[in-house]
Amino acid sequence: MQIIVVGCGNVGSTLTEQLSSEGHNITVIDVDNRKLQNLVNSNDVMGVIGNGVSFAVQKEAGVEHAHLLIAVTGSDEVNLLCCLIARKTGGCHTIARVRNPIYSMEIGYIKEELGLSMIVNPEFTAAQEMARLLKFPSAITIDTFTKGRVEVVKYRVGADSVLCDQSLQQINSRLKADVLICTVERDENVYIPGGNFIIRERDEISIVGTTQKTLAFFKKLGAAVTRARNAMIIGGGETSYYLARQLLAMGLQIKIIEIDKERCEELSELLPDAIIIHGDGTDRNLLMQEGLMQTEAFVSLTNVDEENIMLSLFAKSLTKAKLITNVHRISYDEIIDSLDIGSIIYPKYLTAENIIKYVRAMDNSLGSNIETLYRLNDNRAEALEFYIKEGSPVVGIPLQDLPIKPNILICAINHRGTITIPGGQSIIQVGDTVIVVTTNTGLNAIGDILK
Amino acid sequence: MNYSIIRYILFRVLEFAAIFLILPCLVAIIYHEKAGFAFAAVMVLCIVIAEIGKQWKPKSNVFYAREGFVTVSLTWILLSIVGALPFYISREIPNFVDALFETVSGFTTTGGSILSDVESLSRSVQFWRLFTHWIGGMGVLVLIIAVLPLSGGYNMHLMRAESPGPSVGKLVPRVQSTAKILYGIYIAITLLQMLLLIISGLSVYDSILLSFSTMGTGGFGILNSSAGSYSIPSQVIITVFMILGGLNFNVYYLLVVARKPKEAVKHEEARVFILITLIASVLITLDIRGYYSSTALAFKDAVFQVASMGSSTGFSTTNFDLWPSFSKAVLFVVMAIGACAGSTGGGLKVSRLMILVQDAKHELLRVVHPQILKKPHIEGRAVEEETLRSIQSYLMMYILIYIASFLILSLDKYDFTTNFTAVMANINNTGPGFNAVGPTCNYGGYSVLSKLVLMFDMVTGRLELLPMLILFSPSTWKKY
Repeated sequence: MQIIVVGCGNVGSTLTEQLSSEGHNITVIDVDNRKLQNLVNSNDVMGVIGNGVSFAVQKEAGVEHAHLLIAVTGSDEVNLLCCLIARKTGGCHTIARVRNPIYSMEIGYIKEELGLSMIVNPEFTAAQEMARLLKFPSAITIDTFTKGRVEVVKYRVGADSVLCDQSLQQINSRLKADVLICTVERDENVYIPGGNFIIRERDEISIVGTTQKTLAFFKKLGAAVTRARNAMIIGGGETSYYLARQLLAMGLQIKIIEIDKERCEELSELLPDAIIIHGDGTDRNLLMQEGLMQTEAFVSLTNVDEENIMLSLFAKSLTKAKLITNVHRISYDEIIDSLDIGSIIYPKYLTAENIIKYVRAMDNSLGSNIETLYRLNDNRAEALEFYIKEGSPVVGIPLQDLPIKPNILICAINHRGTITIPGGQSIIQVGDTVIVVTTNTGLNAIGDILK
Repeated sequence: MNYSIIRYILFRVLEFAAIFLILPCLVAIIYHEKAGFAFAAVMVLCIVIAEIGKQWKPKSNVFYAREGFVTVSLTWILLSIVGALPFYISREIPNFVDALFETVSGFTTTGGSILSDVESLSRSVQFWRLFTHWIGGMGVLVLIIAVLPLSGGYNMHLMRAESPGPSVGKLVPRVQSTAKILYGIYIAITLLQMLLLIISGLSVYDSILLSFSTMGTGGFGILNSSAGSYSIPSQVIITVFMILGGLNFNVYYLLVVARKPKEAVKHEEARVFILITLIASVLITLDIRGYYSSTALAFKDAVFQVASMGSSTGFSTTNFDLWPSFSKAVLFVVMAIGACAGSTGGGLKVSRLMILVQDAKHELLRVVHPQILKKPHIEGRAVEEETLRSIQSYLMMYILIYIASFLILSLDKYDFTTNFTAVMANINNTGPGFNAVGPTCNYGGYSVLSKLVLMFDMVTGRLELLPMLILFSPSTWKKY
């Protein structure tokens, strides 16, 4: 597809990199020559210098032939105007990033009236993701398929877990849970495990199953499945506000520590049910005084990545609370991951992922038949959902007879809303959707899984 | 510096060299010439080395501007040596340095020869000589980019290092598609010229070879008289296509692919190039009118010669060395300016000149208004400070190389004009100079040292200085 990306900040460059590597033709527009040069030098994309709102600049970037324009500059208004102009001249799909909470109340109206295909809000997305994690504290990440009916949950095996030093066959016969361990990440390597694979301590395993089944599986494991009853949030930015609103609706007690007096007052007006503390969230005494020891969930959401990481490390040393850390800069993710501080949220990455999901769905209507795609374990494995069309080569043959390539696992079959974790006898039918996990990236159609 | 990836690409280049060598082999088969064995032998050698070397996969895919520059210059050196082997093995050019000179002159589209009698060459050797022009015109790495799916962002570094012009941009988001479009246009125009030359009465073989030479803005001829003995229609066709070869290929992209004829017509660099060609032709016509029976004939030769020197082709229809001084001076200036950026021609490039002239004008304005802020503009956009700086240092390096080459050449037996214009003709990839290296003469008389210097000038000029110069900078070769 021909895609125009306006703005090459963090989200813009992540998007550009990913979409270009997926085979789309990308043109990037930005006012900053240097930033643009950097991006163009490291990726096979074209750059156009100028203001993306300008009709002439958009035309130069080829808006007339573009399928999609994604506006992710720092300003909401610029993004909306970009999309509006592109929509009128090119008639292409448009995606805008709009983050101001004032607009977010009217997002539906704006989207409808301006003819936008999608509006993304990084803070809101991040908050949503955090809320989901707090519902299910054992998980590191949760991805959903088939409109939320199937989940892929990533979980780190602790030293005292019953999974330790067990082969998958043993685990299956002992726990009798109808879930599938689809990937195991161990020391930088990602495995698609077979029946004899033995799980070790500190492995990060991804588990596929329906929401109830995975919950049952974790119960049998004895891992914490009850959700937290209270949460302490450090920093009172937009994300905190969105998160607190969602958590309050779930019935959690919320405590927000914010350093800015005015913002505290604002928050106390917006969130009357939350406890807003005016103070420095990095102050050790304050944290203790506000009951850090008793908190069941600890979310660090200050604007400084380093502070967030330090806070989480501190909380980890004192409590068993579920930790969530917000990190803006994507560059050092593998180092942060190695610190073992629970769930790390990269709002910019999430935003990019959301947009990419939309692009894939669009691409779907133009050819390939991927419904959803998640990158697992830092892009080294993918979970894909395929829609099975008439005449597909996998239809009607028991899975054990299909010549499936190595490192590919069919994790779930959705047959008219019924999810099954397939065995050797299972048969895929037309109209099903199938979830496949693989370390061979770049699958485009279900036929690609066959030898 | 990532040596392994450079090594890997060089083996792929050898593979392509083998593919190129298939063509002269076919010609040899058609005309039953035993020179074909020389081509076949070199081809087999290339295939064997490439196939073995390709198994040796690169250790890492790290590829930055530095790797791009070094790869491009090494590619050109390698290709020149491989290309010279058939000449040498077939004994048609028995001296290896001469064979190398001829090949370098071919690939760099210079067209200056060391042969005094080109008509005595066998047809397959003649074919290879002119085909090198065609490959070198658009660039071999651009072709490799167009054909091979090289992963990663590194193909842009290659394209930037090989394509001429102050700032190399893409036509479409993907480098590979850009390279494909460029070669598509190139092939289409070449075919068109072949067709027109055949219609004008030339033999098919001659038409094909002349088209290679013209579109690559090379200048090797098939006859000792260069283009002088062809019919007037053929000469006119060659004139037009020399100018077409010297135009910025963006014009054709806008015209044919993007279908924006208005923007194509407004292309500033192309306009200035054509304007320079016209003015120079008129000046020379006025100057040489007396030597001809009619002004029209004088104009025909003037345009041909200006187009030939301006586009850096180097054909001649007449011995322009006998023209009056003023005409020769005009030709020299046209030669120095050269063709457009993004064309197959050489020289300083029209766009560089346009930017430098504007910059000089602004410098004068700065005396009157010391606080003035002004940037040169080209194609309706301001030139970035960095581009301007790189053009200024380009000019300086160009002059330094020129002076150094000229000094070394002066050790040889020839006079001042010969040496001075020889350097110009080689660094600008034009071909003929004046006096002893004029259109009816050749470079065969120079010593080995002078030939090496001129070869260096040709490759350096074709690759726009930096890729070759960077080979001599010690920090390039450090791993860290």
